[in-house]
Amino acid sequence: MQTTWAYISNYFVYSAMAVFTISFIAHAFETAFAVRAPEVADTTDGNLLVKTLDYKRTEKTARIATAMMILGFILLLVGIVARGISNGHVPWGNMYEFSITGALAFTGAYLAALRKYDLRWLGLFVSISVLLTLGTAITLLYRNSAPLVPALKSTWLVIHVMAAIISGGVFLLANVVAGAYLYLERVEARGPRPLWLQRVPSLEVLDQLSYRLVAFVFPLWTFAVIAGAIWAESAWGRYWGWDPKETWAFITWVAYAAYLHARVTVGWRGRRAAWLCIFAGSTFLFNYVYVNVWGTGKHTYSGL
Amino acid sequence: MSNQIEVPELGFLALLRYAWRQLTSMRTALILLMLMGVAAIPGSLIPQRITNQIAVRDLFASNPELAKWYDRFSLFDVYGSPWFSSIYILLFISLIGCVLPRTVEHYKAMRAQPPATPKNLSRLEHHQEFAGNSESLERAALWFKKNRFRVRVEGNSISAEKGFLRETGNLLFHLSLILILVGVSFGSLFGMRGEAIVSSGERFINVATSYDTLSFGKLTGEKSLSPFEIKLDRFLGEYDPKTNAPKDYTAWVTIKDGEKTYKKEIKVNKPLTFGNTRVYLQANGYSPVVTVRDSQGNVALQGPIPFLPQDGNLRSIGAIKVPDAEPQIGFVSSFVPTNARSNGQGAISIFPELLDPKLLFSIWKGDLGLDSGVPQSVYRIDTSKLEKVGLGSVKPGETFTYPEGSITLETVVPWINLQVVKDPGKSYALIGGIVAVLGLLSSLYGRRRRIWVRITSDGVEVAGLAKNSAPGLEAEIQNFVRAIKGEK
Repeated sequence: MQTTWAYISNYFVYSAMAVFTISFIAHAFETAFAVRAPEVADTTDGNLLVKTLDYKRTEKTARIATAMMILGFILLLVGIVARGISNGHVPWGNMYEFSITGALAFTGAYLAALRKYDLRWLGLFVSISVLLTLGTAITLLYRNSAPLVPALKSTWLVIHVMAAIISGGVFLLANVVAGAYLYLERVEARGPRPLWLQRVPSLEVLDQLSYRLVAFVFPLWTFAVIAGAIWAESAWGRYWGWDPKETWAFITWVAYAAYLHARVTVGWRGRRAAWLCIFAGSTFLFNYVYVNVWGTGKHTYSGL
Repeated sequence: MSNQIEVPELGFLALLRYAWRQLTSMRTALILLMLMGVAAIPGSLIPQRITNQIAVRDLFASNPELAKWYDRFSLFDVYGSPWFSSIYILLFISLIGCVLPRTVEHYKAMRAQPPATPKNLSRLEHHQEFAGNSESLERAALWFKKNRFRVRVEGNSISAEKGFLRETGNLLFHLSLILILVGVSFGSLFGMRGEAIVSSGERFINVATSYDTLSFGKLTGEKSLSPFEIKLDRFLGEYDPKTNAPKDYTAWVTIKDGEKTYKKEIKVNKPLTFGNTRVYLQANGYSPVVTVRDSQGNVALQGPIPFLPQDGNLRSIGAIKVPDAEPQIGFVSSFVPTNARSNGQGAISIFPELLDPKLLFSIWKGDLGLDSGVPQSVYRIDTSKLEKVGLGSVKPGETFTYPEGSITLETVVPWINLQVVKDPGKSYALIGGIVAVLGLLSSLYGRRRRIWVRITSDGVEVAGLAKNSAPGLEAEIQNFVRAIKGEK
């Protein structure tokens, strides 16, 4: 019974990967099609002749790409739930499970932000990152379903890990947006944007968006750290012990706090803010990869 | 909190004031904040005494020169080092210098009336004009009241303001950080932490001599230990038969706390609580219960000897020291809960539960060096000055005889490592943490905004202003206008 659910989970994760691949191809196709400038319409704006792209044809592809992304999200969600059923506990006991849930959170953050902003230009990047994460997870990090070690048997597992994973997904999305900002800034410094980049929102919008994402999720990250401290107090006998994972969570927290202060009180915008945002996000990634794989300390369990 | 850097005047007081302004400037605070993040990094890459003492010792052994230099810069104690402390102390001084004046300012602003309605509303954002009369103003006042705006009514205009929670949250958040720091310091000054191994059937009494390791905060001592006793009735470690990974640990204990005696269960995530002292189940292993007799058959040693686990299947090593035998006898031993034959490297264990336990040992005689004053590990014996007598192994109930006497393995009982922690500061830190999250929520999601309405001879004029260009004001003003027009 247990194994059946584990198989079902794997099938769903594989199907999600297939669907994300389709989404990736559709996004690539859409971008490529836009480069080849489908139907250029000349309109006059005052005395200026303005060339605009007609996206009617690529629009359909873009919709397919987004639909596949949503389907992939659902399949992955089912896969993770099935994994939980096979485990008999929430599927956050090892790095394979963290990674697939992280990919889910990242896709979720993208889809949620998509409701408010037209971010489909990011889809290419999002789908390939999710694919790579899932691929790495299922080939290198895969572990059989296993019961939780005693230290993880706590309601806090659900609260702490869920808060941390959601925060991570949103932080990474903010990073991607900040990265897009830096890239576009360089492109714009050289002259007007090439046609295929014209749909990407203006620099100000990107700048504002990465800030909004961070400001939105920073309280949740603070909560994740505090929930971890409360849990550590009951599991390990201290709420803070400078364990490598804790240290890097603290560094991430401080880095984002610095980012928020730099923006709100000192008035950083644009390039400097984007770099700080990327730096802060990198500390999160470093914490996830380095501490789990090569690190020592109390956050390393069960092989990986 | 001032952003501008002022040119200092001459004189000591002026210099002090200048230094204070610099320290409490946002720029300095930001640099200190980033510095603290960077300063925390080495502690995660270099082993720390507080988390991994063994790795520190190993580094001293393998690379003494480097270790000496690390130690000179407190790199093995980063989080207690002078440089790390000075960063966070400066940061907190800067924070206090920034937050306290702002708190006073905010308090005054909350008690003050909203500023008067500007003369020219048409120059402000979200400006609208439409037909209306004095009834419109009444409806506006009603809407403000319903939506809990603070208002200032002046003749034919109302100036309303809302969203003070943003700054309140911001200040509460920063004040709560101070509370967390106070909690942490209080805990480290007045707390204690100790560990003790207790074999099944044994009793732990909370006095200094019962501990294997024990440390107190700077401002407290042995008198602060609360009087309780814990007897370990039974311990059960459950393991997954497929992966050998632990599934659950449970210790059943009888507690004597003052007059009361009661039974309790301890698990990894369920410590015992005595006021602000908690007792945690931290590790476990096996204690072979042995009887060692001399050649005349007199009992020289009897009782459980805790062994130290070496791997996930609880292969353990230990030392059975018999100082009362003549000559003194020592057993350099290993213990396996589920014995499996292996080629070459002694016994190995293939499962952590007691399925086929076996005690293996080499027997040594001579001076064990227990009276030499040099501290010894309880799990090891220095055999350099001893003479080897023999090799043997026993299963429960069996006796092994050698020329100087005999050893019997009566049974095997589990031991647990109890970690006793007293932290009188943690509730402050917890309150600080909760307030920090709430404060952050209201400071990052709160919106401070003003709305003005004025009745003119032409009709009604409305305008609004959102601080920090927070979104959502436009929709709110639409609602407001609909309410004034009486459109529901």
